[in-house]
Amino acid sequence: MGYVAIKGGGQAIDGTKEVFDFLRTRQGDQASPLDTDTIEHQLRLLHSRVISEGGVYHPRLASLAIKQAQGDTLEAAFALRAFRSTQPRLVETPVLDTENMRITRRISAAFKDIPGGQMLGASTDYHLRLMRMDLLDESPEQFNAVTKKWFAERENTDIPDTFPKVLDSLRAEGLLPQIDTNQRTQNAFDITREPLIFPVPRSAALATMARAEQGSLLAIAYSNMRGYGDVHPTVAELRVGYLPVLLPHPITGEMTEIGEVEMTECEVVAMYESSETDDQPTFTLGYGACFGHNEVKAISMAILDRALQKGMKDGPSNPSEDPEFVLLHVDGIDSMGFCTHYKMPHYVTFQSDMDRLRSTQQKYTQKEPMS
Amino acid sequence: MSNSYPFGFLDEYAKKEIRRTTLKAVALPGYQVPYSSREMPMGRGFGTGGLQLTLSLLGKEETLKVIDQGSDDSVNAVNLRSFIEMTCKGINTTTKTHEADIIQSRHRIPEKPLREDQLIVLQVPYPDPLVVVEPSEDKRKTLHGEADYSRLLVKLYEDIVKFNEITISHRYPTRINDHYVIDPSPIPRWDVPKINQSKALILFGAGREKKIYAVPPYTKAEPLAFEDVPFRVEDFTDENSQRRACKRCGCTNSFLDEFIDSNKGEKVYQCSDADWCDEQGGSNITEDRTPEVTNESLENSNKAGGLAHG
Repeated sequence: MGYVAIKGGGQAIDGTKEVFDFLRTRQGDQASPLDTDTIEHQLRLLHSRVISEGGVYHPRLASLAIKQAQGDTLEAAFALRAFRSTQPRLVETPVLDTENMRITRRISAAFKDIPGGQMLGASTDYHLRLMRMDLLDESPEQFNAVTKKWFAERENTDIPDTFPKVLDSLRAEGLLPQIDTNQRTQNAFDITREPLIFPVPRSAALATMARAEQGSLLAIAYSNMRGYGDVHPTVAELRVGYLPVLLPHPITGEMTEIGEVEMTECEVVAMYESSETDDQPTFTLGYGACFGHNEVKAISMAILDRALQKGMKDGPSNPSEDPEFVLLHVDGIDSMGFCTHYKMPHYVTFQSDMDRLRSTQQKYTQKEPMS
Repeated sequence: MSNSYPFGFLDEYAKKEIRRTTLKAVALPGYQVPYSSREMPMGRGFGTGGLQLTLSLLGKEETLKVIDQGSDDSVNAVNLRSFIEMTCKGINTTTKTHEADIIQSRHRIPEKPLREDQLIVLQVPYPDPLVVVEPSEDKRKTLHGEADYSRLLVKLYEDIVKFNEITISHRYPTRINDHYVIDPSPIPRWDVPKINQSKALILFGAGREKKIYAVPPYTKAEPLAFEDVPFRVEDFTDENSQRRACKRCGCTNSFLDEFIDSNKGEKVYQCSDADWCDEQGGSNITEDRTPEVTNESLENSNKAGGLAHG
């Protein structure tokens, strides 16, 4: 018998790594390894989710993370996040205007027609969720035919490079508060370099939610939608596309495009608040944005941003308005890590627990008079 | 994509931040200093706070010991140690407490008293002892600042009213240098007295909660208790009022793990601290190895200089 029941840990860990890796290959001789480009394209939305929660825009490594995690989104985002810790912060971009996004999809639920027009793009929103049996045994020929058909049937339409923001027209009408230009001069809170010490500024809340776990955000936002809160949002604009990233040129100092990141952005409008001041009442706003194509996440985030702004102003009256409750519980890396840790040995603390229970039981049976 | 990580895995800016945070923590014994806390390649809750401290403090040619539940060979200790070996080329590792410069530990402080030239890093899941009475971090910060621990003491008192016993088994709230009360990490009560006037610097790292705090050498550390209900460590006496002994080495003054012998089906006890057990070597118990802490001496010390909140 070993010294401790958990002796031989090293060997066991090696073993578990091997069997985990083996399970990838169990399909047998017919199988070929997943290549990272396939993951990026054919599992596009999974990839989006991981790149957003991983919090570092590295499409190739996000694919690798999915491959090595065997599709577990939490694990994959985790590997990406850990990679991030090895990288120094070299430069910061200026604030980028999402009006400059190269749009692939853009809708508004507030207006039938919006300046620049609605652009449905790729979405499952109006699909019938029926099983597509034709994909069960898809041949490479059938697969390639999809591409050919797409290009053959498409006319070369000129899509504008940029679209105006729906909010701008509402703002012009005086239905929204004017942009607080003071905010623009303040540096955004950097959650990767500063811990959250409450109360935190709105930028810290937005940054935390931008890389939060989608399911966690959705669950808390849903609680607000169902009645533990009263945001009642209208999606003024949801846009998906590629945002050019600018940096000053090292010699000329001129803003230069260094690449682009795929993003989802959502702006919701909520009912106006009663104001103690004499300001004219206006609608209120909620904002959500994240890397990749993650619409549920962006909408959830926008709703929570609105709920949190309310909570920060008037004090929280339900969980979704409480910055500590929301922001400290939505990170997937934190929450899954802590959940997983319960599988580790807890012999010592459990020994200590048993000691307390036995001592209490003993006193109970002895029916000692209370001291 | 190369596999060569920087020494200590973290980039230099991250290590610098952790060292500066650590200095502040030492200067304010027991105060939880917030820091940014990078993601590590192991789970939050697996010792990422301790790991970041170790990686920032460990230098080439220094010697490291990693334990979990007192054992060098438990799964998580093995995992952490091999990760540190992989990312810190040129360091040495040991299982011997006396050989280590830095000891990273989860849930235990070694039985063997530590020296001034040693440093122990404890992994912390919940850094704030007030979390049981106040969920808001913002409000807890004020309570700590004002050294207002009345609600914690009321909680202990309520325990006594309900159970005639303080039911906190591990993570026992401990007052440092007469001000901040800390969560000493999930060490058993057995290990709490080792913090008091410890010769070694004790560092606490909470990765998920993004806090570092410290108990500097030769600092007062008192577990919260009452004059008439003293702090008590785990009791290892059997039905016949005999102190149970380690089945392997015969030691009668160490923290014991109890488990069922899978061959015989009977309950057995063994030292939780693996290195300590090896050192006792199954030889007879030597009197001079009696640890400084026994139930009785503790009760007395509590009565003499303990917290008088009864």
